[in-house]
Amino acid sequence: MSTETHDITVTVNGTPYRRQVEARLLLSDFLRHDLLLAGTHVGCEHGVCGACTILFDGVPTRSCLMFAAQADGHAIATVEGLATDRDHLHPLQEAMRDCHGLQCGYCTPGILMTMKVFLEETPSPDEAQIREALSGNLCRCTGYQHIVEAVQLAAERLRR
Amino acid sequence: MATKKFGAPIRRNEDARLLTGQALYVDDVELPGMLYAAFLRSNVAHARIRGIDVSAARARDGVVAVYTAEDLGDYWAPGPVLVPPPPIAGTVFNARTQVPLAKDKVRHVGEPLAVVLAQSRCLAEDALGDIEIDLEPLAAVVDLEKAQTDAAGRVHDDVRGNIAARVHQSRGNYAAACAGAAHIIARRFLYDHGASSPIETRGVVANWDPRANQLTIWDTTQAPVFLRNGLAGMLGLSERQVRVIAPFVGGGFGPKIMLFYPEEVVIPWVAMKLNRPVKWIEDRLEHFFATTQERGQTHDAEIALDADGRILGVKDVFLHDTGAYNPYGLTVPINSQCTLLGPYVIPNYDSAFTAIFTNKPIVTPYRGAGRQHGVFVIERLLDIAAHELKIDRAEIRRRNLIPPDAFPYNNEIIYQDFTPLSYDSGNYEPILDKALEMVGYERFLAEEQPRLRAQGRHVGIGVACYVEGTGIGPYEGAKVQVQANGKVSVATGIGTQGQGHFTVFAQIVADQLGVEVTDVDVVTGDTDQFYWGAGTFASRGAVVAGNAVNEAGKAVRQKILKLAAEHFECAEEDLEIADGRVSVVGTGQAIKLGALALKANPMRGAVKQGAEPGLESTQYFGPPSGATASGVHAMIVEVDPQTFTLQVLKYVVVHDCGTVINPLILAGQIHGGVAQGIGNAFYEQLVFDDEGQLLNASLADYLLPTALEVPHMDLAHTVTVSPLNPLGIKGAGEAGAIPVGPLFAQAIEDALGLQERNVELNEIPLSPSRLFELTAKLR
Repeated sequence: MSTETHDITVTVNGTPYRRQVEARLLLSDFLRHDLLLAGTHVGCEHGVCGACTILFDGVPTRSCLMFAAQADGHAIATVEGLATDRDHLHPLQEAMRDCHGLQCGYCTPGILMTMKVFLEETPSPDEAQIREALSGNLCRCTGYQHIVEAVQLAAERLRR
Repeated sequence: MATKKFGAPIRRNEDARLLTGQALYVDDVELPGMLYAAFLRSNVAHARIRGIDVSAARARDGVVAVYTAEDLGDYWAPGPVLVPPPPIAGTVFNARTQVPLAKDKVRHVGEPLAVVLAQSRCLAEDALGDIEIDLEPLAAVVDLEKAQTDAAGRVHDDVRGNIAARVHQSRGNYAAACAGAAHIIARRFLYDHGASSPIETRGVVANWDPRANQLTIWDTTQAPVFLRNGLAGMLGLSERQVRVIAPFVGGGFGPKIMLFYPEEVVIPWVAMKLNRPVKWIEDRLEHFFATTQERGQTHDAEIALDADGRILGVKDVFLHDTGAYNPYGLTVPINSQCTLLGPYVIPNYDSAFTAIFTNKPIVTPYRGAGRQHGVFVIERLLDIAAHELKIDRAEIRRRNLIPPDAFPYNNEIIYQDFTPLSYDSGNYEPILDKALEMVGYERFLAEEQPRLRAQGRHVGIGVACYVEGTGIGPYEGAKVQVQANGKVSVATGIGTQGQGHFTVFAQIVADQLGVEVTDVDVVTGDTDQFYWGAGTFASRGAVVAGNAVNEAGKAVRQKILKLAAEHFECAEEDLEIADGRVSVVGTGQAIKLGALALKANPMRGAVKQGAEPGLESTQYFGPPSGATASGVHAMIVEVDPQTFTLQVLKYVVVHDCGTVINPLILAGQIHGGVAQGIGNAFYEQLVFDDEGQLLNASLADYLLPTALEVPHMDLAHTVTVSPLNPLGIKGAGEAGAIPVGPLFAQAIEDALGLQERNVELNEIPLSPSRLFELTAKLR
């Protein structure tokens, strides 16, 4: 049994956290169960579904494929940090709501984090680019069409 | 009344929480002192259990307890038959249901043998490796035809031939119809449906509070009320002592309606025994074995037609794989049997099926719930008939549609809800016309296809029709209550998995009570908020619970008017309810709904006999039978003749689900259904080997469609109201998924010109490699 532990300092959504973690603790479990930031969801734990996507030093990253110990000294952004509060959503969140881009909502946090960076890098995407960028995130409810429309709408609003 | 909310594309009440990571899912429940469960599961499909030694696991640091079937004592019992067979004469049904932990035998890979409770999930999984199991492997029953022979093993020792059920239904006289037929076409069809694979797997958290004498269970179930009632009975508790909460649930699609899963039975028992909260969350690998799925049927079907392509009769004999147990009765194969009839006049029908036990995971409904299998058979038969009779594919369908003046249309067989399969209303030809127009059917065949073919491109078109039995009983209920803060609360007993119930139910009530949709607070899936109900399945939430909400809203409206009339000493006719207030028209007098609600619960003074406190009402709605929705999908596809990969160039859905509550949410339901249908048609297949091992139990190998495989869809709706409920609505949850298989087969055949070369695609799923195999003889 692995009892090896590490002392880590991780900044999540701007807040620094110091914790002692088991070497084998996944970053996704650390965020969800140690920091109680349960907005990051876990769908497959083998890096396929994308639900657990967070930003690791600004880069969309699957938190189920990393150990918490690897995050020592790094900055993480999760869905909880996207909106200032429930009444002031990020334009991407607002567009997802306007376009009915989510149903059960389980894959949504990973999609938001992936698309946030995509729109920063591709401010005027066409449909094919959006679909390509979305293709690493599985959604079982929506058939993607409303998500694509939401990303288009968010891109328009962000450009204004 | 202000702008009507019912029917408007209103954005959802629930989204703000979901979008900000604040929505509670089962795995988000964290309680002090929680223990974590991991299940030891069989790694073989069929074996006798000689012994299980858990002593080393119990001794591991951090492990609190390990239990096997023996430890459950009298609590150990096979689960109930959830859905008994419909009353069809001559039906054979051998009920064999799942158990909490396997005893004596294991019957499929993944069947649980023991449970470990530890301080963390990691430690619990560590301890699984300490358990020694002694299994005597038995021949696995995998193939449906071999399963019936004496040479095959027996999944259940006392069930000869592995026969789970036999059902025969007929209408008219098929043999006589054949005698007068100009054409008879017979084929074998294989249709395999897969795993629902919600992105959230299943999970259970249970907490026993000894001070309150109450057990709280958070469960990813689609049927919280049934779960509470069943578990209370098993655990010797009163129902009021058990609270089941199905919080936000990350997709269901059918398998989460199944109960009682072994983990659902074991975890609450453990929580009570250890007096500690306990959490079990299914991992993705477990999901492929431990959660129910759908699978294959083999149909030997025959169609008799007259010289004009009109159907005289259909005969079908099919085998259905029910897996190791059959707790969900005959719902899936009965749906196949019934839905085969589709939107067509089929005066003579003879259908018999045999459900077979196999050493594979349990089969229960998954979105479409067997309807796909039947639709595939009739749609393919019509395609073959069209080819052989040289009739256009759309035309042969048109000739056979049930005419609009024939409703209610009784098919004279029994449906899954035990009532005669009678279509309440429908008008099918305009749906077909609309779909053909939207996909550009005539022009494609006359101009586009020849032009593109001349360029060497392989493009084809397909059109498929279907009906969907939706909104079946027995009933649902709803409590509508005006709160002191002026908001309105709606509680129902169904669970929600993304269907937008928080919004559509709010829309219904908002119109009744003159409030904003955002001021209606809907609660679903909490048995302490609403006591009775059946669950979310069979595209019935909006139809059955929606109408209950409507009835309760109407009753509360009457109470509001009555009390306000007393308050203002005026006639009810002089009152108007709008903007959260009741006002006396033309006087400027008004009272807020919240203030009126407080008056409805006075602290002093006599009340009249029969008066009820509060502005609230609880009402129930049960339809006499299901409402039949219908639709047509059409598609243009391009096939790469080298790689057999597909590009869908156009996808059209025209659908009729009666009155529409929220077109935005409806579109989402259709889109999602089509996406799952596409997965089923071309990407997803559970591949079992001869030993009953699933060979592709990961999302890297079981391919859910991504945004690149699911095309843009064009949607249109026609509205034929249902006469079976006051709102006139029909269900829509499964419509998108149902006809995609035959549509793909037809369009791909057309694209590759296979019919002309005597290659038929009579199976689903297809895939690039399967197309390569099926077209081998052409190379």
